[in-house]
Amino acid sequence: MRLEYFQMLDGIERLDTAGSICAIASVPAASSVFEGHFPGHPIVPGVLLLETMAQASGYMLLALDGFRRMPFFAKATEVNFRSFVRPGDRLSIEAERVHDGSGYVVTRGTIRRGGARVCDAQMMFRLVAFPSPELERHVRSEGVRLSFLSPAEASDG
Amino acid sequence: MADTFGTVAEIISSTSDVPLGDIRPDSHIMNDLGVDSLAFLDIAFEIDKRFGIKMPIEDWLQEVNEGRAESAEYFRVGNLCQRIEGLVSRAAAPAV
Repeated sequence: MRLEYFQMLDGIERLDTAGSICAIASVPAASSVFEGHFPGHPIVPGVLLLETMAQASGYMLLALDGFRRMPFFAKATEVNFRSFVRPGDRLSIEAERVHDGSGYVVTRGTIRRGGARVCDAQMMFRLVAFPSPELERHVRSEGVRLSFLSPAEASDG
Repeated sequence: MADTFGTVAEIISSTSDVPLGDIRPDSHIMNDLGVDSLAFLDIAFEIDKRFGIKMPIEDWLQEVNEGRAESAEYFRVGNLCQRIEGLVSRAAAPAV
């Protein structure tokens, strides 16, 4: 995880083309985020845990769709933060597609630490054309970093 | 049609805070009821789930945006109900 850059996922353990994914992430031991959240009690902000689940969902949707459209986070419901996530924690992030709509997708995400669920949410995404070539290049380069795409595939877009 | 309208009206009301009594078959979901795009996604999700269909919203919007259809053809409540019933019928028809 590079919290300051919203780079929440470190790797992908499993992608099922039926519509599920498992990713991994290690919370850094130190980050400027922890200077404010909170002094003397560093924990990962809940919004960043939600973002982590959204990114797992988003990359799953990108991979299933051949990186053709950008999933934009539209809504979260039933969001539960069940325990603190601290510097150095190793996380497993699971997401599954709950509903494949026309131009939108609903997913369910869960973050676990040592098998225990620490947060979960239902999320909705709009699927739209990439609004800028720069964003598409960035997402595809992240796709290479996470092993969804080969460098050659990333440059085909 | 009456059952479909009742279900769709209840979905619209519960997902967008439009009073149930304000929803009529000739109400346009966006123009008359003030449903925004996010609320419409909620409505679409509930309709898809409740009726076991996948409304082709992208195709409908493309037709509207390209001037090949009036938005009322798809997004007036009564017309939407007819579309839903057509999709339900096709989903229930045996494959040939």
